[in-house]
Amino acid sequence: MAVLDSKIPEGPLADKWTQHKNNIDLVNPANKRSIDVIVVGTGLAGGSAAATLAELGYNVKSFCFQDSPRRAHSIAAQGGINAAKNYQGDGDSIYRLFYDTVKGGDYRSREANVYRLAEVSANIIDQCVAQGVPFARDYGGLLDNRSFGGVLVSRTFYAKGQTGQQLLLGAYSAMNRQIGRGKIKMYNRHEMLDIVKVDGKARGIIARNLVTGEIERHSAHAVVIASGGYGNVFFLSTNAMGSNVSAAWKIHKKGAYFANPCFTQIHPTCIPVSGEDQSKLTLMSESLRNDGRIWVPKYKEDVQAIREGKKKPTDLAEEQRDYFLERRYPAFGNLVPRDVASRAAKERCDAGFGVNATGEAVYLDFAAAIKRYGKELAHVKGLDEDDVSLIDKLGKEIIKSKYGNLFQMYEKIVDQNPYETPMMIYPAVHYTMGGVWVDYNLMTTIPGCFAIGEANFSDHGANRLGASALMQGLADGYFVLPYTIGDYLSDDIRTGTISTDSPEFEEAEKEVRNQLNAFLNSKGTNPVDYYHKKLGKIMWNKCGMSRNEKDLKYAIKEIQELREDFYKNVRVPGTAESFNEELAKAGRVADFLELGELFAKDALDRYESCGGHFREESQTPEGEALRDDKNYTFVSAWEYKGKPSEAVLHKEELTYDNIELKTRSYK
Amino acid sequence: MKLNLKIWRQKNATEKGSMVSYPIDNISPDMSFLEMIDALNNMLILRNEEPVAFDHDCREGICGMCSMFINGEAHGPDRNVTTCQLHMRKFKDGDTITIEPFRAKAFPVIRDLVVDRSSFDRVQQAGGFVSINTSGNTQDANAIPIEKNKADLAFDAAACIGCGACVATCKNSSAMLFVGAKVSQYALLPQGKVEATQRVQNMVAQMDLEGFGNCTNTGACEVECPKGISLENIARMNREYLSASLKG
Amino acid sequence: MSRLLSSSIARKIAMALSGLFLMVFLLQHFLINITSVFSEAMFNEISHFMGTNPLVQFALQPVLIFGVIFHFVMGFVLEIQNRNARSVGYVQFKGNANSSWMSRNMIYSGGVVLLFLILHFYDFWVPEMTYKYVEFLPEDPSRYYEELVHKFHDPIRVGLYVVSFAFLSLHLLHGFSSSFQSVGANNKYTRSLKSFGTAYAIIVPLGFAFIALFHHLNTL
Repeated sequence: MAVLDSKIPEGPLADKWTQHKNNIDLVNPANKRSIDVIVVGTGLAGGSAAATLAELGYNVKSFCFQDSPRRAHSIAAQGGINAAKNYQGDGDSIYRLFYDTVKGGDYRSREANVYRLAEVSANIIDQCVAQGVPFARDYGGLLDNRSFGGVLVSRTFYAKGQTGQQLLLGAYSAMNRQIGRGKIKMYNRHEMLDIVKVDGKARGIIARNLVTGEIERHSAHAVVIASGGYGNVFFLSTNAMGSNVSAAWKIHKKGAYFANPCFTQIHPTCIPVSGEDQSKLTLMSESLRNDGRIWVPKYKEDVQAIREGKKKPTDLAEEQRDYFLERRYPAFGNLVPRDVASRAAKERCDAGFGVNATGEAVYLDFAAAIKRYGKELAHVKGLDEDDVSLIDKLGKEIIKSKYGNLFQMYEKIVDQNPYETPMMIYPAVHYTMGGVWVDYNLMTTIPGCFAIGEANFSDHGANRLGASALMQGLADGYFVLPYTIGDYLSDDIRTGTISTDSPEFEEAEKEVRNQLNAFLNSKGTNPVDYYHKKLGKIMWNKCGMSRNEKDLKYAIKEIQELREDFYKNVRVPGTAESFNEELAKAGRVADFLELGELFAKDALDRYESCGGHFREESQTPEGEALRDDKNYTFVSAWEYKGKPSEAVLHKEELTYDNIELKTRSYK
Repeated sequence: MKLNLKIWRQKNATEKGSMVSYPIDNISPDMSFLEMIDALNNMLILRNEEPVAFDHDCREGICGMCSMFINGEAHGPDRNVTTCQLHMRKFKDGDTITIEPFRAKAFPVIRDLVVDRSSFDRVQQAGGFVSINTSGNTQDANAIPIEKNKADLAFDAAACIGCGACVATCKNSSAMLFVGAKVSQYALLPQGKVEATQRVQNMVAQMDLEGFGNCTNTGACEVECPKGISLENIARMNREYLSASLKG
Repeated sequence: MSRLLSSSIARKIAMALSGLFLMVFLLQHFLINITSVFSEAMFNEISHFMGTNPLVQFALQPVLIFGVIFHFVMGFVLEIQNRNARSVGYVQFKGNANSSWMSRNMIYSGGVVLLFLILHFYDFWVPEMTYKYVEFLPEDPSRYYEELVHKFHDPIRVGLYVVSFAFLSLHLLHGFSSSFQSVGANNKYTRSLKSFGTAYAIIVPLGFAFIALFHHLNTL
């Protein structure tokens, strides 16, 4: 167990971070000028880290595969960002945010990391406001909050349904300032294809210029991986088309342990799949559950009538509806955490109550909220509160001001007006809590290689609460990594520039070229997407919302076969020396095909249900998830040994000194 | 649905391109426009031809990566959507669809429908930020109340996704809506006031340097903007610029 | 001046200000001319004043001429720049879908107005200048009306004038509100301003056309 040192500082929980900051080594400003740091990814974590490191004085090289750092997929986060500001005076505190996050994560996250996250959360909001991020405000001019799933306070800051966009543009603007000052060198349309280790330390990367196809060597004193999650292993997910695991997987293959790969978040409110040609799924923000009520018909004959188009959902009276979340979880109702809501929807659909043609959809209904808001506004304006059409009009205006862009998005995709008829939603893969294993300093098991944001595993345990991903990304990038990386780099002040002519770079580049050529020469018959879609189907059907031993074992076999077939029969057109998206995709899918297997292996190994990981063998008689704290209170960190099937498990035991492990109940 | 696609094919930045016709069948009206292109590409790969290169990423209308000039309009005939949100139900069986890259001197073609929009990044680098350190040692977020109306307007301006439809659709290839939106966001907020004079001058100077055209107020940008960014932002930038010039 | 006009926004503001100035002039010109329809004496009186007042002749007139030339030269410069901003054109460009014909074709409506101005200068301004400053003929305060009516005798000229006024109207339909937007005035008054601009752009050219036709028909 000696290999896994989480480096959690001593001392009481509340003081750990402060004391740690006081004790770690710093690099003096003059020395920072001679230290290079590579940051891969420009989302909330990567963007904020690059900006802050550059501001501290390091020379930063920043990489993204998109055409601009502003397009990283953090931009698509809708709902909001949590912070323990207690502006609403509803009893929020750092401890409570910490507690909610650990509990929401089903007691599979590290106490010290989560507490630090809660501690710096308030600072994030200050920082972003200072940057000019236009958060929603109330009429008094102060910041507004909304509430999110799994908590009992309103601590979520938001900018309509585009919070991720606004925060990312904030980080992007901070980056721009540093790019303008020459402290960040930006590499757009570049993809990292491998990490280079010299004397066991991370010293650079091999990247491909996606426009020219050129293979480039870049050296640095430390490499930061901020490349996001691996939800696209399911092919259909709410991730962007380009989101991939490659950077994280490459470092895994070079020695970074991969933690809890099976912890995936299936988000309850996404637009249901409509057909075989679908390329991605669209999320409807969790914030909608603040005002939307989730239901299916109570009786099968109504389900049938709706599927056949004989009845409309609005035809059903209250007593013909089953508000199953409110029924099963009266305390939290529609605001239970995501994993719970997703499973409940799946349970109803599996029981035959799904409301669209595929039988995989439930309703998210705003009629009650429209009425409630309409009445409130009519009262405020001194209008007739009994005028049904007026109430309807006023209510819709308020709903529009809160969720306008989401409603519009829904209408464009589904071609139905959600102001008039309930939305149809179904769970979809959204976020991966698992990721590269890191210690308290966010360093992986490769010295000098750090992982931040969704790419690491650290803060969300087995399930992430809504509006916590943005918080973690920015906390890591703005406030944690810039401190902790100094502790590592303080040993490097005399190293000088790192040459890219060393045999290590040579070797890494050769490997990369070989793989690219192998794809181009394989001359098979199937496009890359063929394999990606097949992999996605295996993952969704056998490693999705509920898992069992038989399916997982079968999945492992299927993935292995698919991978073999991929290398034999994939067809990648074009050349390596040009803009070639198929080639880039082939590399990403190759990594997904390996990760998928480790994913299933991890899920098979964890014989308990916790958070997003539901093992059918481990449930209560009522069908709720059953955790096994005695045997599984640990982080599974996998070491790569040539292929996924031979990965070796290392356990980081989790200790809870400040929170009592309890069965998570939202009833 | 059966369609006839006419698509701009260009191998790389230096080679000359041309329009090529591709008949395609079995397109469902529920497909998104990009899923239709996916289907085309799948077909091309199976025929051993090179697929059509196009930019895309989030496919939910927020990353701003997708472009395409479809039937003479940026992001196609639908309003307030990006190409990835455009659905085939907006077209009819048997339609001919012309697909071209966004065209502007400041957006050179990289390949097929992919263009280089890094000029937008450079305009932002010239001043699209508040010069505040990210160390977190700032005052409390609620220390400065901001009038809700102003905050909302700033948000509306900040909703720009940087896709470049405004430039593509402008007969002059002007980037005023893009730059105006960023200038406006900061001009409306107290945080941005401190550097307002320099910001607008630097950003406009960079915009001109990139080779964008002038604004003649046709209003086409506002109509084609997937996020409905208002023309008011250009007027606000003009005002800001005027007052910045008078200040010297 | 060159520094001031080196930026795109400065140029468009300059374009707008010169346009606004010309619109004020146009209104003034129209108000004077319309008097010719109902009072020969009043028209002569005002024309005599405008034609002989040193302030008008030696201060306002050069400014006006400068304004006209500036507006046109700048218009052409901008047009060239704008065309250069897109080196490869579109195969299909559906301008109608998102903007008015007037806004996209200011260069053409403006070009017609320029041709008209050349004709107009040749018709009125050149003879007037020759009369006063080349041949130094004695001033006759009652000659203006006669000259005006005489010019509108020719149906071809009247036809050209009417067509030009139509283009002027198209130019103004976009130009009026556009100039306010360019100088940064876009606020709660914009909607009323736009309606006013539309009225202006229709009434003033229509009025000019009416004057031409009125005198033409009167002399038949």
